[in-house]
Amino acid sequence: MTLDQLPLGPSARIVAVDWSLLDGEEAQRLRALGIDEGAKVSVAHRGVFGGGDPLALTIGRMTVALRRSHARAMQVEEI
Amino acid sequence: MARHRSAALVGNPNAGKSALFNALTGARQKIANYAGVTVERKSGRLVLPSGEPVELTDLPGSYGLDATSPDEEVTRKVILGLHPGEAAPDVLVVVLDASNLEQHLVFALEVIELGKPTVVALNMLDLAERDGLTIDPVALESELGVPVIPTVAVRRKGLAELTQAIAEAEARGPSLRSPHEFMAERRLTAHAIATSAILSETARHRLHARLDRVLLHPWLGPLILFALLFVVFQAVFAGATPFADALQGGVDWLGAQVRALMAPSLARDLITDGILSGVGSVVVFLPQILILFFFILALEASGYMARAAFLMDRMMAGVGLSGRSFIPLLSSFACAIPGIMATRGITDPRDRLTTILIAPMMTCSARLPVYAVIIAAFIPNRALAGGIGLQGLVLFVLYVSGILGAMVVAMVLRASLTKGAASGFIMELPKYQMPRLKDLAIGLYQRAWIFLRRAGTIIFTVAVVLWLLLNVPRAAPGESQVDASIAGHIANGLAVVVKPIGFNRDIALALIPAMAAREVAVSSLATTYAVDAKGDDATARALGSQLKAHWSLPTALAFLAWFVFAPQCFSTIAVTRRETNGWKWPGFMLLYLFALAYIFAGITYWSAVALGL
Repeated sequence: MTLDQLPLGPSARIVAVDWSLLDGEEAQRLRALGIDEGAKVSVAHRGVFGGGDPLALTIGRMTVALRRSHARAMQVEEI
Repeated sequence: MARHRSAALVGNPNAGKSALFNALTGARQKIANYAGVTVERKSGRLVLPSGEPVELTDLPGSYGLDATSPDEEVTRKVILGLHPGEAAPDVLVVVLDASNLEQHLVFALEVIELGKPTVVALNMLDLAERDGLTIDPVALESELGVPVIPTVAVRRKGLAELTQAIAEAEARGPSLRSPHEFMAERRLTAHAIATSAILSETARHRLHARLDRVLLHPWLGPLILFALLFVVFQAVFAGATPFADALQGGVDWLGAQVRALMAPSLARDLITDGILSGVGSVVVFLPQILILFFFILALEASGYMARAAFLMDRMMAGVGLSGRSFIPLLSSFACAIPGIMATRGITDPRDRLTTILIAPMMTCSARLPVYAVIIAAFIPNRALAGGIGLQGLVLFVLYVSGILGAMVVAMVLRASLTKGAASGFIMELPKYQMPRLKDLAIGLYQRAWIFLRRAGTIIFTVAVVLWLLLNVPRAAPGESQVDASIAGHIANGLAVVVKPIGFNRDIALALIPAMAAREVAVSSLATTYAVDAKGDDATARALGSQLKAHWSLPTALAFLAWFVFAPQCFSTIAVTRRETNGWKWPGFMLLYLFALAYIFAGITYWSAVALGL
């Protein structure tokens, strides 16, 4: 399952990231925020339009907004 | 002379750096740009316990030393001593958000690794405690190997201790650089340190989650956002009026004083009609700009702004921008100047440039007087079906035309001049906080100062030049001054250019002084048609009937279309020059907006003629 398909609420671990789908700067920005392989995340909110774009992730004690296109590059496993 | 000593605050965005900076330095801050980039350089004076001053700078918030934005690039270069014209700070003060320790430690570790004299400010400890976190600063200190000072910037707690630690760190000097760790290793170290320093923690910030559930709710969220925006705009337009009137009164009073004190002369006219009315016509926007900025700063400090960006991101993505462009564009409905100044919050340089370039198309408040006079004179006050007034409908169409124009231009620019991978939208949503009045006051004071400095320099110069154009050379007896002036001759030339879009020479003449500020077009038309301009309703009616006598309806409609696009505002051009660091982009802005104005005024004119209006 990719992160954009994760329902609101449950926690999941990012098991793999397809960096080729992300722009270099975006990848760096995500990693700086701790959104990387091994991170535990959950989806807290979704936008109204465009099939729930953007998403707000909870990671640790932070909330980070990102686009669905970023979330699609990340494989997650529910825990 | 003593050596110039310096310290710098570094840390993640949202670590409470600015509040700490305000608490440490007070209101006397210096704001400038870093050499060669439009990144704000904020510095102030910190007095050490010994009484010696240190220059403290507030470096842009950063997630790490691998820069991805111009702001982060500045932080990296200054810390490493690589920024031209900036000495590396003697002491680095890493500001950590105590309630987000693990994430913030990653950057802290990277900075400490450099071996420079470093102090850690464990900030916002009160919020962490409210959040159910108990942190042991002593454990943190022994793990990090640098002094850790607990602070609550907004309550001025820990400031003396922090100042003392900065002095001691400076005296100690640099230590050895630790071996470089990679990001993944640092993250593990940060996790281990955070785990050992956090004594106990309860469930996560419930208050924030609860607020977000309402404010980011799929349909309640946008509804609240628009209600809030409505309040802001109401305050900007209604609330500013008495202050703007008072300022206008003050400018008029000054003019009257000068007239009473000086003998009639060209110099007197230059002061009253050139400088005072020119600069005055821009300064009257100060109340609006301040009220707008008050709300922007308050929304920013409260953490809501990031939510607004989140809610609007999808719509902005449609034209190749991101949610971060929403607030600057929205501000531009009051005035493009604060709008363009607010684009500094946009991380991606291409997004930012695009936003700056389209901001002038948002219908600013200076267009309203022009629209109001023309609509009242030419559009019958007739109700259409459903109780919608024709006049209101025309005004609405003018607003929408600006927005649509901006959207199309944004799409075109993003596919051509500002082409490149979209920066996407990756943004931390900070915790909600009560904005502090003192921080708001400092921010407002700084914005007001920037605006007034503009008015005092560029706008002053433009006002003088425009006045000279209108008054030199002097008219011979029996000849009208405007016809004899340089501006009159320019208008003759301009009239030929604008004739194809239905403009007469009177309009061409009015467009010249309107470069100072759009609404000046009204008063200069009033002068042309010899209406005694007092700025009241009677003037507007008198001007209206004069306009009807001299203009056809297609001409009036074309004039409205012109004002939707025309960049008739030198202040906007000046602020664009400042924000893009050169004349290239303001030049481009002038050209494309005049081109659009010309084309759309022409289309409007000829369509109206063809329809037999």
